[in-house]
Amino acid sequence: MYQLKGVTKRYRRGKDTIDALAGVDLTIEDGGRLVIQGPTGGGKSTLLQMLGGLDRPTTGSVELDGVDLAALPEARLTRVRAESIGFVFQSFNLIPTLTARENVETALVPLGLKAADRRERAAAALDSVGLGERLTHLPGEMSGGQQQRVAIARALVKRPKVLLADEPTGNLDESMRDEIMELLEGLWREHGLTFVMVTHDSALARRAPRLATIRKGRVTVTENAAAS
Amino acid sequence: MFFTYLRRELRRRRKTAFVVASGLALGIALVIVVGSVSAGMGRAQDKVLESLYGLGTDMTVTKAAAPPGANDTGRGPRFEFDAKDSGDDQEQSSDRVLVQGFQTLASSTVAEVADQDGVADAVGGLSLQVLKVSGEFKRGEIEKAQPAQPAQPGGAGGGEGRVRGGGAAFGVDSFSVYGTDVTEPALGPLTSSRITAGRTFTEAETDAKVAVVDSAYAKEKKLGIGENITVSGTPYKVVGIATAESADAAANVYLPLAQAQTLADVKGKITTVYVRATDSQHIDDVKTAVRKNIPGTTVTTSADLAATVSGSLSTATDLAASVGKWLSVTVLAAAFLVAGLLTSSAVSRRVQEFGTLKALGWKSGRVTRQVVGEALANGLLGGALGIAVGVGCAYLVTAISPTLTAQLGGGGGGGGGAAATVTGPGGGMGGPLRQATGKAVDIALTAPVSLTTVGLAVALAVAGGLIAGGFGGWRASRLRPADALRRVA
Ligand SMILES: Nc1ncnc2c1ncn2[C@@H]1O[C@H](COP(=O)(O)OP(=O)(O)OP(=O)(O)O)[C@@H](O)[C@H]1O
Ligand SMILES: [Mg+2]
Repeated sequence: MYQLKGVTKRYRRGKDTIDALAGVDLTIEDGGRLVIQGPTGGGKSTLLQMLGGLDRPTTGSVELDGVDLAALPEARLTRVRAESIGFVFQSFNLIPTLTARENVETALVPLGLKAADRRERAAAALDSVGLGERLTHLPGEMSGGQQQRVAIARALVKRPKVLLADEPTGNLDESMRDEIMELLEGLWREHGLTFVMVTHDSALARRAPRLATIRKGRVTVTENAAAS
Repeated sequence: MFFTYLRRELRRRRKTAFVVASGLALGIALVIVVGSVSAGMGRAQDKVLESLYGLGTDMTVTKAAAPPGANDTGRGPRFEFDAKDSGDDQEQSSDRVLVQGFQTLASSTVAEVADQDGVADAVGGLSLQVLKVSGEFKRGEIEKAQPAQPAQPGGAGGGEGRVRGGGAAFGVDSFSVYGTDVTEPALGPLTSSRITAGRTFTEAETDAKVAVVDSAYAKEKKLGIGENITVSGTPYKVVGIATAESADAAANVYLPLAQAQTLADVKGKITTVYVRATDSQHIDDVKTAVRKNIPGTTVTTSADLAATVSGSLSTATDLAASVGKWLSVTVLAAAFLVAGLLTSSAVSRRVQEFGTLKALGWKSGRVTRQVVGEALANGLLGGALGIAVGVGCAYLVTAISPTLTAQLGGGGGGGGGAAATVTGPGGGMGGPLRQATGKAVDIALTAPVSLTTVGLAVALAVAGGLIAGGFGGWRASRLRPADALRRVA
């Protein structure tokens, strides 16, 4: 369970300061599904970074199962990222020189698995996103949708508690978008993940049971009983 | 994963790897070429020095030079001929055996030198110059005076000069004799020659009437094994022909030391002690000890002698030492810097990639290690390339073998030819005979690649890779996981 209290994030750019987050209080239940929406520059990505332990808030606390990520030493925070959090990026962020399977394996490297185990699990993860036949393909040899599937396999291969996705369909055309959304929702259900997704797409947002709208660093949460 | 990732990166970013590697390769190739050419020059210099006093000699001990002028008169050879009236054409001839440089040491000096700390071996030798003067002497015939030409350097061909002056017309034929200690065949000038016919002296021939003749002199005088060579009226049986390994032989004729001493009438005297040190690193200490403990001696080390070498060899050596080293240091530094900057900029282009790995839970150290590993691999690639190019160039130099000339300055060590300066009024002549001031040796330059040089190149490749990796690794270590979301153009 996530519990955010008074989270602010202030960026400095030269003389200017930007309050990307201006006091966010938010609770996300285990196994919950939250969609974050809002205008560009509103602070969506910034909030996701706080949740994923990619960055620390300027003030406030980000508790994941009672542990404040904001105050955690770097080594332990790295461990939390490695074990508990899966991240899916808008631009896929695959390593261009590694094959699909090797890309998925990178997520298992910090867990210290044996090479054979790593390979086996990576292959299974790729199979579960429908890419069992493409283990040795390079990112450049795959479509955008396929690349995002590899990224999803990479996020889930370590069996995390939390899946965070920053506009996972932002770089995909419509048919791909629906495919990826179906895949993500299916996996969420299957694995009982806590799933937080940023999207620009209001059609997607409308389907969400719980919607957080973030504007100028402030969050408003709307429950949508009809959606779930 | 480390090696898989490394391999994939090197293979799929070949161009970047190649640019970094070839920069380093250039620097490393230069180091190898400069290193091996320098070694070749050192070898060439050693050859020149060997031609003077044989293999394995670290220094020579001679008598300290007397103050100039003090001993100039009365020491020279005195030939006594009768100055005949005009019209008398009878030819007269006379042999003189002179101690080269006119300075001798007692034979006991050898033992004294051998007793010094750090001396492995010491052997004495006597360098002689034999002058055969023959000609006609007339009274009152004044012709254009013309000084004798200096004898051929090194004396290998003997010297011949014609002088007309004060009514004399005569020829001077000179050759050099070296009295060698036959009980110590491993040290001294004869070690720089190879016996190409017959044999060398046996250790029993301490006072035998046998001679080893330099091949060039033997050819000129048409001397063969078993024939006799007459020195100052004494016949010596030629038992061996010696061929100098380098351009010049130390003497024309080698005799047992005792025989040479008898010829020159200097029993118990030698001109030079040839010394081998136990440790070539401590030659200067030995030099100091000998000078302190055995007064009245001059100690000349290989280094002292090398300092007197001039000509294209020393010019090239200086060039290799200054420009070559400076150039390779500069190119290496530039290559290191370029490799570092390229690696650093490669990291900048991969900010998102490394950010993503950190977001996936990779420790900063693991990411840095990956970057350093890549740079190190590039460095080793550059090293391999550089070694290939450098060794190739070195072999090319050896194949071409450009010829360098070494000019030896006067006053060095034991050897050298003689230049006769004949002065004196009328028929009676006496004058000083000085040692040669110039000895030119042609040496073919080689560029031997030593294991040390290759080792140095490998070390430099590793250093270059680590420096490049340092730049890149530092940059990578500062990336944050949030950089995974950075948009890079
Ligand atoms: N590293 C940074 N340094 C300075 N300012 C930043 C940084 N990251 C984000 N910002 C600023 O913080 C604000 C919020 O950014 P954020 O990326 O969270 O917006 P977003 O809602 O994700 O926008 P988009 O829909 O365009 O992705 C923006 O004004 C942005 O310019
Ligand atoms: Mg964003």
